Amino acid sequence: VTAVKEHPTPAATPPPRTNPVWALLRNSWRQLTSMRTALVLLFLLAVAAIPGSVFPQRPVNPERVTQYFAVHPKLAPVLDRLGGFDVYASAWFAAIYLLLFTSLVGCVFPRLLDHLRALRTVPPEAPRRLARLPAHAPEQCRPEDPAAVASSIAATLRRRRFRTVVREQVDGGWTVAAEKGFLKESGNLLFHFALLTVLIGVGFGHWYGWHGNRLLVAGADRGFCNSVTQYDESTLGPRVDPSDLPDFCLNLTDFTASYQTNGIPKSFLATVAVTENGGPAKSRSFTVNDPLRLHHAAVHLLGHGYAPILRYTDRYGQQQTKVVPFLPTDTMLTSEGVAQFPDVNIDPKTNKRDENLQVGFEGVFLPTAATDGSPTSAYPAQRSPALFLTAYRGDLGLDVGIPGSIYALDRGQIASGELKQVDGVRPHELKPGQSWTLDDGTKLEFLGTEQFATLAIRYDPTQPLVLGGAVVGLLGLMLSLAGHRRRIWFRALPGSEPDGGGTLWEAGGLPRTDYPGFGDEFNQLVESTKRDV
Amino acid sequence: MANLSNHLMAITVLAYLAAMICYAAEYAFGNRSHIGRAASRPARQLVGAGAPVDAEVPPPDDVVVERPRRDLGKIAGWTAVGLNAAGLLVHLGTLVTRGIAADRMPWGNMYEFILSVTFVGSVAWLVVLSRKPSIRHLGLFVTLVLVMLLGAAGLIAYTPVGPLVPALNSYWFIIHVSTIILASGIFLLGAVPASMFLIKTGYDQGKRRFPYTLGKRVPAAAVLERLTFRLHAFAFPLFTFGALIAGPLWAEASWGRYWGWDPKEVWAFISWVVYACYLHARATPSVKRTTATWIALIGFATMLMNLFGVNLFFSGLHSYANAGGMG
Repeated sequence: VTAVKEHPTPAATPPPRTNPVWALLRNSWRQLTSMRTALVLLFLLAVAAIPGSVFPQRPVNPERVTQYFAVHPKLAPVLDRLGGFDVYASAWFAAIYLLLFTSLVGCVFPRLLDHLRALRTVPPEAPRRLARLPAHAPEQCRPEDPAAVASSIAATLRRRRFRTVVREQVDGGWTVAAEKGFLKESGNLLFHFALLTVLIGVGFGHWYGWHGNRLLVAGADRGFCNSVTQYDESTLGPRVDPSDLPDFCLNLTDFTASYQTNGIPKSFLATVAVTENGGPAKSRSFTVNDPLRLHHAAVHLLGHGYAPILRYTDRYGQQQTKVVPFLPTDTMLTSEGVAQFPDVNIDPKTNKRDENLQVGFEGVFLPTAATDGSPTSAYPAQRSPALFLTAYRGDLGLDVGIPGSIYALDRGQIASGELKQVDGVRPHELKPGQSWTLDDGTKLEFLGTEQFATLAIRYDPTQPLVLGGAVVGLLGLMLSLAGHRRRIWFRALPGSEPDGGGTLWEAGGLPRTDYPGFGDEFNQLVESTKRDV
Repeated sequence: MANLSNHLMAITVLAYLAAMICYAAEYAFGNRSHIGRAASRPARQLVGAGAPVDAEVPPPDDVVVERPRRDLGKIAGWTAVGLNAAGLLVHLGTLVTRGIAADRMPWGNMYEFILSVTFVGSVAWLVVLSRKPSIRHLGLFVTLVLVMLLGAAGLIAYTPVGPLVPALNSYWFIIHVSTIILASGIFLLGAVPASMFLIKTGYDQGKRRFPYTLGKRVPAAAVLERLTFRLHAFAFPLFTFGALIAGPLWAEASWGRYWGWDPKEVWAFISWVVYACYLHARATPSVKRTTATWIALIGFATMLMNLFGVNLFFSGLHSYANAGGMG
């Protein structure tokens, strides 16, 4: 059983000579929209996607890109220029998929027109010799006259949703032509147009969407309102103005986490007080996999950790309290962080800040300090919390204006000696409520901890469009893979019996796509027309 | 229960290994002529067990099944199928006990994932075999792949039983992972007729070097090629749903974006594009069937890369599938 070409091309007459530029353009277009080119482009797309999984990507994990620069100082700048750290936004990746989609458009639009035309044409007349078709049922006799046989066959075929045409012939015979399986091409086109919809949706989502990350510490006075300045990190689409961001404020009122005995988390629950558009505050809870959905924004819980509350009393008795989030470094929530006090030790008489008397504390927080003195936490909940800090005094280097990490001290300042470690080499251990008096008589108190949650806040206006496109595409894909276009013809001729009555009929079938089950379907169909007549 | 699961896992591998040896025995001692005849016979759809029997369909006339001759190869072949089926039951037992031990669906890490994928591959193989007994000779290669993957799962990826982290605690876990397991299992099975088709084509062209000599007793090239296509055409929409619809839906709820080029996502995208390439190449008359089948095998390589490579080499958001017990 073979597939047969749809339109046997008639011998073309030599075309008139055309403008060479036009000919070049036309040939390039034909080349671009050919299946071979599409295949090559598809393959290129797959290959071009690989570097994005090999090299760290800036939009996914900027810290690892920085790390990569440190480890490979020679290679990294070259890769960077080639777009290796943002592959999916690079010009060459865009070139491939834009060419692919151009090729797709150039292929599917003509096919759409062809298909619309095919949908309106009636099945063609039966070929002269049905016996030559891949499927054939030999001649058989029936007592009814040809017109009745033809109409009953047509009825059977129509019941089976074949497009059916009955034609009377000059020799007194009748033919029934039937065709089925247009859904295959419809599905195929649907799939490709759905892909275009998805691409357009992704593009517009990128233009009109925005997202930001924020670390939110629990506490009424540590709320967050949705504006660019309050995010730790944010990205607005090219068509989004900072003033377009929806108006809402969040306050983390509670965060609970539960763990298995081996420390693997069981559940998280963040509770926030939400104020939208200046309305009254409402309490809402959300968790991993179940984000807080607001109007035109969704708040996702990405992570959590502890923020020690530290009070520093300086030489003049002035006190400052800071709640400093420490970032978890492992699953047991061993956390690293730094508390910086740049505006301390200011002489109340002169009211001048001595830059060499700024203070910073760096170290780790262990929610459960192990009894064996290991430097990592033994359990993620606070069973026996402990803070191990090293104190530094000098110029913290915060005034230079270079944005540095707020989770580590400036290494340059320490190396240059501007910032000196004080009070012993070993980190000092603090339990909640304990205090630590430094060599100059100043004091640090560890008052306790607050919980914090890391939140991703996002808005993507075209998400429903992309999802719809993907679902419709899948539907089209299944239709195009499962469907088979096929034609079946019946010919009913007046019987050769002496009284001139009766009908001699035969049938032939032609699968127009690769369809191994066609023979069975054809035989079954012929049998059922025999029953129905 | 967890220990029982581990013992059953060992028995599964042994059963598949025994089945493989029997398939190999049939392959080596089988009567060439009747297999050759069965292989070259045009494949006829057999009515699967439990399917309504249609009186119009001619009765199956498969020589391998109905010939009363009892030769060594045939006995080995049917023993192999029996062992294969027994292995499948123990395999199911491994998964069920693992699920009971962990009190959840047994798809939470790389070890369990491979266990499930190979289970689907094994089920799909026996289903295809029941419909087309003439392809029984592929059993050697199917069990070879099963034993290798299960061996790798046990040696590289074994993880002690544990509950799910909250990030996996979602109904999308079942939808996303189950469809991907199904699709991967069928793609995995599809790679067997694909490679045998290439070997058989080479053999038919007169090549007699090592891999082509395997093509001596496998079914006809056209049968293998069609089987390859049908398995891939079945798995592709499943994979599309699991990886490109259910996955992004879950990612949106969990991480806030439906697509973020995480290494797992990148490789799922690559596999999808390569398999799409295969389907296009096969539908294009000007592309040779061997070329198209090579593309299917490249697709399979990308699936393996996603299953093993991404978990072992790259870190990403999907890293709960970690090899070993790193959590």
